[in-house]
Amino acid sequence: MLDFIQQLVSGVALGCVYGLIALGVVLIYKTTEVVNFAQGDLMMLGGFFAYTFIGILGLNYWLGFALAVAAMALVGMLVERLLVRPILGFPQFAIVMATIGLGFFLRSIAGMIWGTDDLKIDTPFSNGVVKFGDLVLADDKLSVIVATLILCLVLYLFFNKTRLGTAMRGTSENMLAAYYMGIPVKRVVSLVWAISAMVAACAGVLLAPITFIHSNVGLALGLASFPAAVLGGFGSIPGAVVGGIIIGVLQTLAGFYMAEGWKSVFPYIILLGVLLLKPEGLFGALGRKKV
Amino acid sequence: MRFVFKTNYDQDIRLFQHAGQMWTYLALFAVLLVAPAVVSSYMLSQLVFVFIYALVGVSLMILVGFTGQASLGHAAFLAIGAYTAAFMQAHGYTFATYFLLAGVLTGIVGLLVGFPALRLHGIYLLIATISFSFIIEELLARWESVTNGNEGMRVKTLELFGMEIGRNSDYFYYLCLGVLTVTIIVTLNIMRSPTGRAFIAVRDSETAARSMGVDIAATKVRAFGLSAAITGFAGALFAHKMTFLSPEMFTLQLSIEFIMVIIIGGSLGLHGAILGAIFIIMIDPLLTLLKDDVPLLIGSLAQAFGAGSERVKALEDGTQALTSTAGLKGVIYGLIIMLFILFEPFGLYGRWLKIKLFFQMFPLYKKSTFKRQKVYVKSERNR
Repeated sequence: MLDFIQQLVSGVALGCVYGLIALGVVLIYKTTEVVNFAQGDLMMLGGFFAYTFIGILGLNYWLGFALAVAAMALVGMLVERLLVRPILGFPQFAIVMATIGLGFFLRSIAGMIWGTDDLKIDTPFSNGVVKFGDLVLADDKLSVIVATLILCLVLYLFFNKTRLGTAMRGTSENMLAAYYMGIPVKRVVSLVWAISAMVAACAGVLLAPITFIHSNVGLALGLASFPAAVLGGFGSIPGAVVGGIIIGVLQTLAGFYMAEGWKSVFPYIILLGVLLLKPEGLFGALGRKKV
Repeated sequence: MRFVFKTNYDQDIRLFQHAGQMWTYLALFAVLLVAPAVVSSYMLSQLVFVFIYALVGVSLMILVGFTGQASLGHAAFLAIGAYTAAFMQAHGYTFATYFLLAGVLTGIVGLLVGFPALRLHGIYLLIATISFSFIIEELLARWESVTNGNEGMRVKTLELFGMEIGRNSDYFYYLCLGVLTVTIIVTLNIMRSPTGRAFIAVRDSETAARSMGVDIAATKVRAFGLSAAITGFAGALFAHKMTFLSPEMFTLQLSIEFIMVIIIGGSLGLHGAILGAIFIIMIDPLLTLLKDDVPLLIGSLAQAFGAGSERVKALEDGTQALTSTAGLKGVIYGLIIMLFILFEPFGLYGRWLKIKLFFQMFPLYKKSTFKRQKVYVKSERNR
């Protein structure tokens, strides 16, 4: 039983990371219908920025965290301006391939700049544990869970209570109509990319003590976040996080209780199952047009 | 400017629109026939890879370019073809048998993937094919009795008509050339038959295709099966070319390379698949060449602009360090994908068509002939 709870908590922590990446994917998809395959690599880049600020420049953890997030916001806006805006409106496959190309590019550039060794940063959560009786939970995993909850709350308040958030929701409903209503659609889309990159950066920094910072870390996590997004209904923000947690927990349990090899494919088996049986996902509002 | 005046439909679907075209292709074929006598053995080996990639490119062109279905799982199809061939060869079957069976079996798997794909559109299909490819990759690593797992599998030398054909021999080159030529001719014929026209109709508008009586489900499944079968044939050749198979050869990276073939080549026609394959394969020798020559070139340029010898040396070393970094290939791949999609969405073949049209129409060429329409209101969510 104790083992089970341990696995459950680390599963939820892993799931929160999936959820945060899926959240970024869903945010961008909702507003621009662009599916960003480079989201995991943006997360990786966030981790490297944090390493630069904290590990190399020796700044305070929280200051370094904030700077990494701010830097990633700029990167997100830059990507939107240079790569996404010119091809918006082209067939979706072309846009997806462009983001895959971006992922390639970021991964190799990060490998060239920071090398291919495993890097690590010291965080306040690095080696601490919290004990509940016999149950021992690592601080770094708990920090991911708590931070995900806080981020979700902040994003919820932002989207539902602020003017800008409302503008973003309007843009995601119908870009053209939003434009006619006087919403600066280009700026809104740019900000959505910034927010999404910031969420990715948070995931990257939080993940740093759990896995090492490495240029290839984004690919696997980024791809595994797609099952999360699909399970949650691709287009639903709470769905992304819930889907991420479900995938993370099931994957961790599969790794613990089932034969070797199941762990890495489990998210994809779930994904295929969801696509075949319930393509609209758990929280999906997928409208179906009758032809 | 040549103007082909068409008076009936048969004339419109002819393989060669005019005699000049036929002679051009025959000349190209003749050049390819004498190539082994002329080019170095390294280039010959690269050409074989070009043929194999072009086969996969043709199969992707059918699925992605003509039918409009996305796939990032073709590395898995290639793996199925390659492992089938290797397994059957190890059990004593002849080349003709296992070559055909590799294609047929992969085609059947393709059909099976095609059925669930009927319910999926665009991005969902893409993610589903990626998942399929991951599952196959894991299966190859775990199904040790057949695939020998992560240790990999040796492929014996190809035997045909009682003759051993080595992976670098001229005969293997001719074999690949023959398979590619036959595949291209078959594909061209399919594309001018009702099946092929249904593919294109499904790509352009499913609604319109259905209202014209095209069975969308059957068409999509057929496209998947056909595409997978061609990739399976390519897989059998790939197995003999590599002589060693292991699961980590068939990763997502390879699928992305295959898609790059048609992005770089352009999805307007089969020419794109060939041009893209040439580009992807020849980029490696080109990079090696750059690695050696660019530092010296930069050095001599700096010298020409009057830099001191220490400065020149520093520049040369700097460029040397940059070009020999391990990640350079990834950076270049990423840049190529992004730049092609941004600036030349029709690929190399599209560029060739533009240049040709420019000269044919000379003073009257309009850029907008090839302008792509941007659609902002069509929502993938509501289809």
